[in-house]
Amino acid sequence: MGEERLEDLTIHEAGARLAAGDVTSVELTEAVLNRVTAVDDQVKAYLVLRPERALEQARAADAARAAGEGGDLLGIPLAIKDVLCTEEMPTTAGSRILEGFVPPYDATVVARLKAAGAVFPGKTNTDEFAMGSSTENSAYFTTRNPWNLSYVPGGSSGGSAAAVAAGECLAALGSDTGGSVRQPASLCGVVGLKPTYGRVSRYGLIAFASSLDQVGVLTKDVTDAAIMLGAIAGHDPRDGTSMDLPVPDYREALTGDVRGMRVGVPEEYLIEGLQPEVEGAVRAALEMLADLGAEIQPVSLPHTADSLPVYYLIAPAEASANLARYDGVRYGLHAEGDSLDNMYRNTRAKGFGPEVKRRIMLGTYALSAGYYDAYYLKAQKVRTLIWDDFDAAFDAVDVIVGPTSPTTAFRIGERVEDPLLMYLSDIFTLSMNLAGICGLSLPCGFDGQNLPIGMQVTGPAFGEGKVLRLAYAYEQATEWHKQRPEL
Amino acid sequence: MKLSRERVEHIAGLARLALSDEEIARYQAQLSAILEHFEHLQDLETDDIPPTATVLPLRSVTRADKTEPPMDRERALANAPEVENGCFKVPAVLE
Repeated sequence: MGEERLEDLTIHEAGARLAAGDVTSVELTEAVLNRVTAVDDQVKAYLVLRPERALEQARAADAARAAGEGGDLLGIPLAIKDVLCTEEMPTTAGSRILEGFVPPYDATVVARLKAAGAVFPGKTNTDEFAMGSSTENSAYFTTRNPWNLSYVPGGSSGGSAAAVAAGECLAALGSDTGGSVRQPASLCGVVGLKPTYGRVSRYGLIAFASSLDQVGVLTKDVTDAAIMLGAIAGHDPRDGTSMDLPVPDYREALTGDVRGMRVGVPEEYLIEGLQPEVEGAVRAALEMLADLGAEIQPVSLPHTADSLPVYYLIAPAEASANLARYDGVRYGLHAEGDSLDNMYRNTRAKGFGPEVKRRIMLGTYALSAGYYDAYYLKAQKVRTLIWDDFDAAFDAVDVIVGPTSPTTAFRIGERVEDPLLMYLSDIFTLSMNLAGICGLSLPCGFDGQNLPIGMQVTGPAFGEGKVLRLAYAYEQATEWHKQRPEL
Repeated sequence: MKLSRERVEHIAGLARLALSDEEIARYQAQLSAILEHFEHLQDLETDDIPPTATVLPLRSVTRADKTEPPMDRERALANAPEVENGCFKVPAVLE
């Protein structure tokens, strides 16, 4: 055993140490901040750092604990993806159009973590407006994969995934519109959970595609995912799409027992283009789940391939409407123009990057007169078919298991010039957002270049307990989640 | 499906995006390629399929009709590029 590093602890490990009085939140926070100082020049996970404020929060947490308070997140350093509004820190969404913007309120999920006594070292990098799969679309810089700095961390929550993998926080918040929590979790070798649409408030999450967006969590193990979900889930009167349903204690799902659980394997997920090592790792994981007593059976999701065009019509259409608010009047970048219209046009030309413009164009086209029926309405109808596929599959099985992404991390720059190839890295994650169901990625191996491989466990709407149960049992039977990158 | 340059300029106008000649040419090529790739959606029979706009069984959520303290004006205006008399300032719309 090497020297113990506090920043490598999970939330539940650190929580036990804090409760026992073996360590203070200030010590934990200092360890995380020292780690950031040591490695973030290379990883570039953080867009904004607030070390002094984090230490203040840590001192307050220690004082609260001395006064008898407790809780899983009291004094725990957590990173926040920079698409979530924070009233104490700038919020850019990775875009020039929001450079310098300091929101007048906290997102509900941030407020809940704050109320639980969490410590926030800073905000993490993201593809601009969460549109991307690599962080290369960030207007500021590209985050690097802690397992190999020449590779992307995935995206759009690549800053959060890299920060968790590199020990630059204990866990992090992300957002997932088409795989933006699960795909970077897979590429960085951490756990990423996208809850069911409506499970977690979106209030204060900068809107990308409102019928698909959901706040998610990136953690070092499945137990931490259960803890984080429990902390942020639940009804919020400020989000009309958050469901008023009780929040179970997700840790009760972590039994380690999967005997009798029915696990569906979609034949459509073992496609051409799937990296053989990814397929091999997922097949080995399925064998292990069978050994643990799960019942593995094939299921069919016939519209899997259609999810790509459906997603890339619906998400840009919603984005083109959501991003209409960036008008240079109320907040954000402002460019001059000789008329109101030209002021809008110049502001948006200067403020948005190429991928955001591409999606606004695509979405505007799909919604425009004469094309609405052929594109947007057609996509919404096929979305129904995708939902029906999952509905039928979950009649027969409890969860669905497959790869999270067809490949491990790719090299920085490799897919920048080919938007379609970049879009394909989300082929296995998009359909869960279209169906509104929950999914979790967890580590299940490494490829020949020592890059992590992720396995996705998908559950029905509000089936997070089942997903966590299966993922936890697999995790406890393996060592993948204990691997840390050398930096 | 090949998009014409005029169509791309029209969409940019609807989206209030000033695009350079180089951007128009690039988006013309890229959007054409993306839409061509999406053509196979048209092969699916969907005449009797209802569209899905949201996956939730929620409709028209309302709250009690009760006023609450609003955000104060200074805070609401704090990020505005230009403010005048406690309002957001915009270029003149009417002569």
